Amino acid sequence: MDKIQKNLLEQVADLHEVPAGAYNIRANGQMAGRNSTANIEIVTKEDRQGIDIVIKPGTKNESVHIPVILSESGHQEMVYNDFYIGEDCDVTIIAGCGIHNCGVDTSKHEGIHTFYVKKNAKVRYVEKHYGEGDGSGENIMNPVTEVHLEENAYLEMETTQIKGIDSTNRVTRGTLKEGARLEVKEKIMTHGKQYARTEFEVDLNGENCSANVISRSVARDTSKQEFFSRINGNAACAGHSECDAIIMDKSCVTASPQLTANHVDASLIHEAAIGKIAGEQLIKLMTLGLTEAEAEQQIISGFLK
Amino acid sequence: MLELRDISYEVDDGEHREILKNINLKIDDHFVAVTGPNGGGKSTLAKIIAGIITPASGQIFLDGTDITGMNITERAKAGISYAFQQPVHFKGLTVKDLITLAAGRPMKISEICDILSEVGLCAREYIDREINNSLSGGELKRIEIAMVTARGTKLSIFDEPEAGIDLWSFNSLIHVFERMHQEINGMILIISHQERILNVADKIVLVNDGEVSAVGTKDEILPMLLNAEGSCKTLMDKTK
Repeated sequence: MDKIQKNLLEQVADLHEVPAGAYNIRANGQMAGRNSTANIEIVTKEDRQGIDIVIKPGTKNESVHIPVILSESGHQEMVYNDFYIGEDCDVTIIAGCGIHNCGVDTSKHEGIHTFYVKKNAKVRYVEKHYGEGDGSGENIMNPVTEVHLEENAYLEMETTQIKGIDSTNRVTRGTLKEGARLEVKEKIMTHGKQYARTEFEVDLNGENCSANVISRSVARDTSKQEFFSRINGNAACAGHSECDAIIMDKSCVTASPQLTANHVDASLIHEAAIGKIAGEQLIKLMTLGLTEAEAEQQIISGFLK
Repeated sequence: MLELRDISYEVDDGEHREILKNINLKIDDHFVAVTGPNGGGKSTLAKIIAGIITPASGQIFLDGTDITGMNITERAKAGISYAFQQPVHFKGLTVKDLITLAAGRPMKISEICDILSEVGLCAREYIDREINNSLSGGELKRIEIAMVTARGTKLSIFDEPEAGIDLWSFNSLIHVFERMHQEINGMILIISHQERILNVADKIVLVNDGEVSAVGTKDEILPMLLNAEGSCKTLMDKTK
């Protein structure tokens, strides 16, 4: 693995070396490393690009790293990764995709991650998307995450895109059974002419299930962001979504929430706020000795922390 | 020493109003309180000193240096700190973040603990809290004061630290200022209506209708305030 690839790995998965536990590293469409463990098996799909990650019931405190890196300009791929999480598991899954594009061609990664989470299992899923390179070729990333939670299962998803992705369409869908919980935390920053679209759709089907979606974003320069969320309450359930955006320069942000209650005991809330950095926040930090630019930087990094 | 020379400020929001009229003031005492009726121009004066508002005319000197042309950041670096009357909320920034930014250097947990305990807050409970409306008005005020003490500058301005806080917080706030009076090396300028805060001051400045109407010790000014009909209704109400 060369320096560029190693840097991408560090950016998307905080990996400086081969991770402990199970992992699968995909570089320019090829397997660059894999390790299965006693409880976590990683298998190449036979019918299409991608892998199956099968985690045995009762596996606790184990992690899986599955980073994807693209360093060849113009490389385009569609990858299907399916996760089968057994009952009573408690595991962490670190995904992420980094693109280095120093050419003129478009590099594109489309990843479809499907989670089948069995009863009482607990999953923390972290994904980071990152792009770099001084070429004129675009970096495109279109991740799809499908989450199916069985009774009392819990999945917490942290998804971050801070830099270097020219265009993204991020789709997250979920179906929840009785007592299941889904927490999604999204952080996005766009700059230049970038475009980011986020789409959440959650079906709350089981009694006492709940979903909480929190999106924080910063749009700079002439970038454009769109946020769509649809929460469908089909039982006695709780759904909450929150879209909070800082708009700067000549950017554009759309927030379009939709709540549908199909059950009298469905409790659904949406909060959306779009606005520039409050002048009083800048002034406060300037009275502490920061310049306006330093104050702005602190406010943004705190907001996206 | 802080010196204001002929400071004027006016606004034109449909009607022309003079908020400050040729203010001349020299402050070289340890602890100075500015008081007077609401709307008299006290907060405007504080904001002009901190550089948040630009005066229509006049000059400001800090230890002999003309700081009139300096912006907020430059004045902060020159040694002016300002605790807002209404603390600002931040999404994501924590108590630790702001105390560290105020100090302008990396802080050990024990140092932050010292600063927070001075304003009656336990670091363990507050250090990772976000500066937002999950904190009460009294807690936000104390954190605001802690930021100023973390800076330790030659001039600290507090704009009505008692406004919007509960009685329990107020009692401990008074102790904070009494202690600050004993310990701090620089100058403290505090805008207040509270007799107990005015009692701690070395000097009291009475600002009324955009003008400095009196300057003196508490023994000189307090009786005047309490006897002068209409000069400071809030103070009179509270001390009756």
